[in-house]
Amino acid sequence: MTDESAPMKAAQDPPRARRVVVLAGGISHERDISLKSGRRVADGLAAHGLEVTLLDPDATLLPTLLADRPDVVWPTLHGASGEDGALRSLLEFLALPYVGSSASSTRLAWDKPRAKTIVERAGVATPHSIALTRDAFRELGAESVLAVVRGELPPPVAVKPAQGGSAQGVSLVDTDEELRRAMVLAYTYSDVALIEQRITGTEVAIGIIDTGDGPVALPVVEIEPLSGVYGFEARYNAGETRFYAPARIDEGTAARATEVALAAHRALGLRHISRIDLIIDGAGTPWFLEASVMPGLTETSTFALALEAAGHDVGWVYAELAQTAVRDAQR
Amino acid sequence: MTISREGTNLDPWYGHYAARTAGLSASEVRALFAVASRPEVVSLAGGMPFVSALPLTTITESMDRVMRDRGASALQYGSGQGTPELREHILEIMALEGIRAGVDDVVVTTGSQQALDLVAKLFLDPGDVVLAESPSYVGAMGIFRSYQAEVAHIAMDADGMIPAALTERIVSLRAAGKQLKLLYLIPNFHNPAGVTLSSERRLEIIDIARSEGILILEDNPYGLLWFDRPAPAAMRSVETDGVVYLGSFSKTLAPGFRVGWALAPHAIREKLVLAAEAAILSPSSLNQMVISDYLDRADWRGQIDVFRSLYRDRRDAMIDALEQYLPDLSWTIPNGGFYVWVNLTEGLDSKAMLPRAVKELVAYTPGTAFFADGSGRGHLRLAFCYPPPAEIREGIRRLATVVRGEQELLETFSPTEPITAVAYDPHVASPPPNLS
Repeated sequence: MTDESAPMKAAQDPPRARRVVVLAGGISHERDISLKSGRRVADGLAAHGLEVTLLDPDATLLPTLLADRPDVVWPTLHGASGEDGALRSLLEFLALPYVGSSASSTRLAWDKPRAKTIVERAGVATPHSIALTRDAFRELGAESVLAVVRGELPPPVAVKPAQGGSAQGVSLVDTDEELRRAMVLAYTYSDVALIEQRITGTEVAIGIIDTGDGPVALPVVEIEPLSGVYGFEARYNAGETRFYAPARIDEGTAARATEVALAAHRALGLRHISRIDLIIDGAGTPWFLEASVMPGLTETSTFALALEAAGHDVGWVYAELAQTAVRDAQR
Repeated sequence: MTISREGTNLDPWYGHYAARTAGLSASEVRALFAVASRPEVVSLAGGMPFVSALPLTTITESMDRVMRDRGASALQYGSGQGTPELREHILEIMALEGIRAGVDDVVVTTGSQQALDLVAKLFLDPGDVVLAESPSYVGAMGIFRSYQAEVAHIAMDADGMIPAALTERIVSLRAAGKQLKLLYLIPNFHNPAGVTLSSERRLEIIDIARSEGILILEDNPYGLLWFDRPAPAAMRSVETDGVVYLGSFSKTLAPGFRVGWALAPHAIREKLVLAAEAAILSPSSLNQMVISDYLDRADWRGQIDVFRSLYRDRRDAMIDALEQYLPDLSWTIPNGGFYVWVNLTEGLDSKAMLPRAVKELVAYTPGTAFFADGSGRGHLRLAFCYPPPAEIREGIRRLATVVRGEQELLETFSPTEPITAVAYDPHVASPPPNLS
């Protein structure tokens, strides 16, 4: 689909962002993914006439941004360096427009247990879960804590670090012995672990973009990993997962899932771009799993697939999001 | 890309790849290593030679001279076997380790990694067995796997591969009907184990290989980088027909040249040249000529002394730091090369611990990389070649924080008794969505 036919009004506005800094890399566990996302976004922006500088955040970043003052910053940072809100707070202090959610919303979404609580309050179903710090186990004794957890959340459960993406540190647990190992693994990534009831069903991701007219959900992408588990390898090795966009679900279910994703996006106060991960159970109920304020934008990412399924030129959307960020900052 | 109702797996050729590509996939551990390139991270992971210690001006002069005087030849295709001048130099270098050979016996390759690949290509059919130390070099095992060969690890101790264990394994593998094709060894300053095969064992292993009809693949990139005493004479110095010897300029000069070599018995060498020509036509003429010029004019032996002294200091810094910060662990003390092999305390898992290490800004290589079956979680490899001593100490201090954190975690979650569920409540889910 050409730019002209892209169904977004913002396309008709004269571009205001010309110089864009794309941030990629950082020192998080997801550095490698971020570098790939960043290069894709930078290519897309450059193809649409923007002057792009790709920077890996380090001690020179803030002085460089202050000296050069780009029109907009496009942070494609995953993991702690981009999604914990710190860098976005600094960009706000520097009055530099940036693509993506505000620092405060980013912090909410980054923390999976808090995000679940907020989304649940908005009436969205989310699997029953408990978030536990390492200290809780130390103080109360692992045996007694696990016994309570086991009583309330019997396997199968998923254990994940409370923060982070790309399924790093995530375990699907079917036995008590696996539960112990899963806790150790999750705490290797984060000081808080989330133990969550495992819902069986169709795994979907819903990308959301907002280029000025409110959040718009992209087609629901269904994820079917060959191994049965959408772990790191299934996410980043082409061929290991089959994606369906739109998902193989009936229209009513797709509409409900979309509604839930938009509700989660709004409840968390997200902006410009997000991806909401859901699982749809056998009864057709969509369950919120997590939200990503900076979804992966690599060759194997569901977000890019959804954009293409919607008929969007991927680079054009990235450029439009840059313009939207500039417009929002001028409000 | 158009996504049909059948969906997409993002790779239309999935299912078309050769079976030997099975191991070629992105992994979480590999992704974590991306962080090691950041300056904040002390990387004790990669075996990168400290090339900043090279006389860069001298090398630049060699490059200038080659281009000025012989530029047209340097930029042309060359012999598939390598330039005769460089092969002469290689004989001189190998003589330092007791090897006598003829210039026609040497095949110059694109790093010794290519020599490894060519030897594997010549000898390995799917299902063949390569005998290798336990642990073994990850890059070699990747090549053996790509030819669908199996790696059978042979136990080693402080004196290298244990001959009795080798004999025992040969017997059991033969009884299982396996074809044993190669015995792959890194006798000097082993990667990753840091140990050196003793003189006596070299002879014993040569005898075993000879009597069993198994070709020895002697990989010796680190031999000249000894610290306290020279390594024993190369296996190739006492066995001519049963050894293919691999050497490299990557550690004694610079890996950026990508120049290594194989020294092989006549018949094998002939096939190696043909296989090399089929693979790459010829190794880089320019790089070979620059190395020859450097070896002609520079004090390359003195430069190796510089490296030895530098790496010795770094090894000492690493061992001192390990003693100070991680006294409850054990490790090898290498007499050369780049690596210390660390044995973790019971229950620690070097692979699982890596994300925490990355968070603490230190990187290492988990032991699992060095075993064909993915075992080795109780070990890790530390490279002392690249960071200066102060950074090495800081890296080990950070590693100690990681190890303590993991030990504490394991202690917390070590099973003392089965988990007994309490207060089980069938309520397990929040209410269905209400978006009205």
